Amino acid sequence: MMFILKLFNVIIALAAAPLLLGIINRTKATFAGRTGQPLLQLYYDIWKLLRKGTVYSRSISWIFRIGPVIGLSVVLIVTAIIPIGGLPTFISFKGDLIFFAYLFGLSRFFTVLMAMDTGSSFEGMGASREVTFSTLSEPALLIGLAAVAKYTGYISLSQMFSSVNLGVWLNAGPAFVLVGFAFLTVFLTENSRIPIDDPNTHLELTMIHEVMILDHSGPDLAMILYGAAVKMWLLGVILIDIVVPVHSGNVLLDVLAAMFFMVLLAVVVGIIESSMARLRLLYVPQLLVGATILSILALILVLR
Amino acid sequence: MNNTTDIVMIFLVLTNLTLLGLSRLGTCIRIVAVQGMVLGLLPLLLNGWNLEFHLIFFSVAIITLKGIVFPWMLRKTLRELNTHREIEPFIGYGTSIALGTVIFVICMWLSSRLSLPVATTSTRIVPVAFFTIMSGLFLIISRKKAITQVLGYLVMENGIYIFGVALVEKQPILVELGILLDVFVAVFVMGITMFHINREFNHIDTDRLSRLKV
Repeated sequence: MMFILKLFNVIIALAAAPLLLGIINRTKATFAGRTGQPLLQLYYDIWKLLRKGTVYSRSISWIFRIGPVIGLSVVLIVTAIIPIGGLPTFISFKGDLIFFAYLFGLSRFFTVLMAMDTGSSFEGMGASREVTFSTLSEPALLIGLAAVAKYTGYISLSQMFSSVNLGVWLNAGPAFVLVGFAFLTVFLTENSRIPIDDPNTHLELTMIHEVMILDHSGPDLAMILYGAAVKMWLLGVILIDIVVPVHSGNVLLDVLAAMFFMVLLAVVVGIIESSMARLRLLYVPQLLVGATILSILALILVLR
Repeated sequence: MNNTTDIVMIFLVLTNLTLLGLSRLGTCIRIVAVQGMVLGLLPLLLNGWNLEFHLIFFSVAIITLKGIVFPWMLRKTLRELNTHREIEPFIGYGTSIALGTVIFVICMWLSSRLSLPVATTSTRIVPVAFFTIMSGLFLIISRKKAITQVLGYLVMENGIYIFGVALVEKQPILVELGILLDVFVAVFVMGITMFHINREFNHIDTDRLSRLKV
């Protein structure tokens, strides 16, 4: 039974992740008065790409080839760490909150290396921006997690999230509001959404994540797209587990509630993207420093 | 119950930090106005919403002065000046916010060392009062425009006011109103002074005023 639940946790993340992007795009389309792409567009895209061949440049090395595989495997490991709706997880040990953060760091490292491996100065620029912004969003995430860990007394994600419940909001509401906002910013940054990065443009001045994967094609691109979608899902789950923790005792009900809130999160992101413009590159660090400050404040509040 | 006070306190901290990181003077004035209005509700909140006449009178006086009159006067001054942004402060905005957090930590530590004669309603109200005073001072020393310095002065006064509200059970209403009157006159005078500085020199950068002698 335990094993099935653990498997269930992984399968939900792997199956439902691309849907999140579909919902975001649909929300944006509705705001713009368009019909928009089908909700399952990303599934179609990935399926299409998987059947295609891969084109490799003559100037690349082995890094370019293993990068997408590492990215995908990192994401697969993280699905086994982060619980949705209080489900048990395959991997859970003391300190896995740092483990998960730096697994994403590893995947980012290889994405950056891949981008530089192509030798394109254009991709190098994207890599430089990606590294800058993730350096700034990392403290916001880790300090925020530290605040939650300090409050709950656990340093393992699954234990931590299972002890965050609605009672927390009565005791340490302000701190959790701050962490919530910090994590929303981290969520938008890590997934390259507006106001940090515009995922729709292919204009050299504006893109960060999109530019780094320009030279990928076929199954490689499919792996990267799928990995990005699952990463977005997982970071969303962390946000949901902290901001709207539902622990009713019934596993199915908890999972359904969490899924509902994930859809809600996607709609909120869609609304943010429709109502805001991308920030000027100079202002992004300010926003991220702001998020870090929110996390620090939350930590101070919890410590007292 | 205590949670509401905490939320208000966090809100005050966030307004202070925002002030440290903003360059648009109009928005700064608006934030100080919002802060003033929240402060007006503070005595009611701390006394558990028992609506006595002098409390209500006090709240209304604070909200009118800090939330409406001061911002209106500053806004009027700002319209007459040809400046809308704080350009090149002595300490940059990112650094200011970071230093603000450090100051907040220090204030937390300071207030934990401080033994107060009376118990306060919330453990966070004293550090927030300190922090508000400090960030007001910080605004005064780190910015060049005279109008931001006036804002810093107002924020500092807000901090002193929070401290008073936290410590005193019943407001000594005459004392507070006296202080308010002083602040009112000060803002009034500073508004006029800024107008004159601007008319003479076409700017309100205080660091350039030392060239008067030449």
